Amino acid sequence: MPDNYFARYLPLLIHLVIVGIVACGMVLLSWLIGWRRPTRAKMAPYECGMAPIGDARERFSVKFYLVAMLFILFDVEAVFLYPWAIILRDLKMFGFWEMIVYIDIVLVGFFYIWKKGVLDWGEASMKRGGF
Amino acid sequence: MATSLNDMMQTVPQWSDYIRILPEIVLSLFGMAVMMLDAVMDESKSQKALGAVALIGAFGAIGATLYQAQYPFGYGFWEMVRVDAFSIFFHFIVAAVTAVVILASFEYMEVQRIRAGEYYGLILFGAVGMSLMSSAVELVLIFIALEISSIATYILAGFRRRSATSSESSLKYFLLGSFATAFFLYGVALMFGATGSTSIFAISRSLESGNISLLAYAGLAFMFVGLGFKVAAAPFHVWTPDVYEGAPSPVVAFMSTAPKAAVFAVLLRVIFEINSPVPTRMWLIWIVAALSMTIGNIAALVQNNVKRLLAYSSIAHAGYILVAFAALPSSGIPAAMFYTAAYAAMNVGAFAVISHFGGEGERYVTMEDYAGLGKRSPLLAVTLTIFLLSLIGIPATGGFFAKFYVFSAALQANLVGLVIIGVLNSAIGAYYYLRIIVAMYMHEPKQEAPVAPIPMGAGLALAISVVVTIYLGVIPGRVLNYAQQSVSELTPVGQVVSLQAPHAVEARMATNVKKALAH
Repeated sequence: MPDNYFARYLPLLIHLVIVGIVACGMVLLSWLIGWRRPTRAKMAPYECGMAPIGDARERFSVKFYLVAMLFILFDVEAVFLYPWAIILRDLKMFGFWEMIVYIDIVLVGFFYIWKKGVLDWGEASMKRGGF
Repeated sequence: MATSLNDMMQTVPQWSDYIRILPEIVLSLFGMAVMMLDAVMDESKSQKALGAVALIGAFGAIGATLYQAQYPFGYGFWEMVRVDAFSIFFHFIVAAVTAVVILASFEYMEVQRIRAGEYYGLILFGAVGMSLMSSAVELVLIFIALEISSIATYILAGFRRRSATSSESSLKYFLLGSFATAFFLYGVALMFGATGSTSIFAISRSLESGNISLLAYAGLAFMFVGLGFKVAAAPFHVWTPDVYEGAPSPVVAFMSTAPKAAVFAVLLRVIFEINSPVPTRMWLIWIVAALSMTIGNIAALVQNNVKRLLAYSSIAHAGYILVAFAALPSSGIPAAMFYTAAYAAMNVGAFAVISHFGGEGERYVTMEDYAGLGKRSPLLAVTLTIFLLSLIGIPATGGFFAKFYVFSAALQANLVGLVIIGVLNSAIGAYYYLRIIVAMYMHEPKQEAPVAPIPMGAGLALAISVVVTIYLGVIPGRVLNYAQQSVSELTPVGQVVSLQAPHAVEARMATNVKKALAH
């Protein structure tokens, strides 16, 4: 076996070729041998769930955006706990109380969205004219 | 100087550290109080009460700033913030603007039927960021403060939810604003790469030791782009007219003054601290100042919408302030600070008039609507005239001394060319401000725009703005003296500030660039 730079990658190339042959062979064989009895459900891209093709200008609830936004916000806020937890021993009590203050501020935000009805998905909240 | 994380952990913040951020603490607490009250109170009745809480918060911040002024100056939180006459000057501007804007907002919210208590909370949160910006001396903290203030103003710009122009304003401001802050952050990163620190003083020391890499120049330039955007200096000004036109008028009053003052504070710290080793600033600022003044004034000539006109005028005024940045620290710093204060007073006042006169949906904002206002509401017309005269720079108003100090500072630094451009621009500027005054007093209205009686809140806001504008124009001494204290605070101790002719600076700059390129 020649020992140059590219030769060392020869097994990888052989592997790729075999993968290609096997993949094409499977598709080809099932196309040659397989039975085909198409029905409507079988032809759909997903057999369950929403139709993936349609008018892009469909209306859907603003709640999806709100929940996505809130997820990002609280997710990022929670991430700050990890570096803090690692150096908590060095930060001593000062670090503990600072984090309490921080979490309290996050809780104020949580209280606010809760009272504003952002987390409320029921019919009642819709009638009240919330979000 | 705390250098490592280990050192930092050895010292726990003292009581004095918390006093160094007292105005920010007060504003945050009141902002959160407004948020929580807004959540529990009935939306239809909560407006006045929430505004009152926010107003108390703003006055609390003024009180906290005055307390800081009595307390010994110094650093807080491991040299990340620094309270001195300079920071107190800007804290006071931010808190006072906040209070006046809240006063002017009571009526506006009612007339526009905006029932959102968050408005007052966001103004306070924005003020937290702006206050922090003027006292922070560490670039990452400055960045965070800049973001706090920016995000609040992005939302505030879109507060007229039913108006398409308001949403446009908010979106444009948000997209372009985030882009600009990214520039600033990139500049901070490059500066850190060049000097190994994010503390302004450490950067200054590191650059003074000679051997300035190209990275430092690039860092400073990027930071300047980001900050230049925030103060609406040309060529980073394109967003200003659209954003100011669409945003609610009291919000424009807020965001054309308070964040600008704070960003100018950051610019002063960054540029004059990192001053001596980087003479490029002369050249860079010279161009930006000349461009801002010229573009702002010429574009304002053809505006018919008064809000757009004042937006272009604010670009021009950013240019005038930047003239002081090209001057020497000893006269440039107080001149820039005085200009910021005078501009805050007159611009908040002018926008308070616009917000009162605009009516529901801000319908009356064109030159034709202002025709004949002098007859229908003499008081409102006189008030607006005072602010406009001050914006022109007529003696006995704050605008006069502001321009006077800036131009004389530039003359001391031998920037004759820049002063000529500035003075010519002031003359051009006089034309479009006078157009509004002429329309109010000499034109017959085609269709009379109704004028509502001035309610107490808005009246108080206008009265404060008028008094401050005239005070700065008649007795500017005290404010200027206070501003002069910061000269020694901004220029590093022991550093001799030498008077340099621009051509000498240009020569030095050329050799520096050559050295850097060869490097």
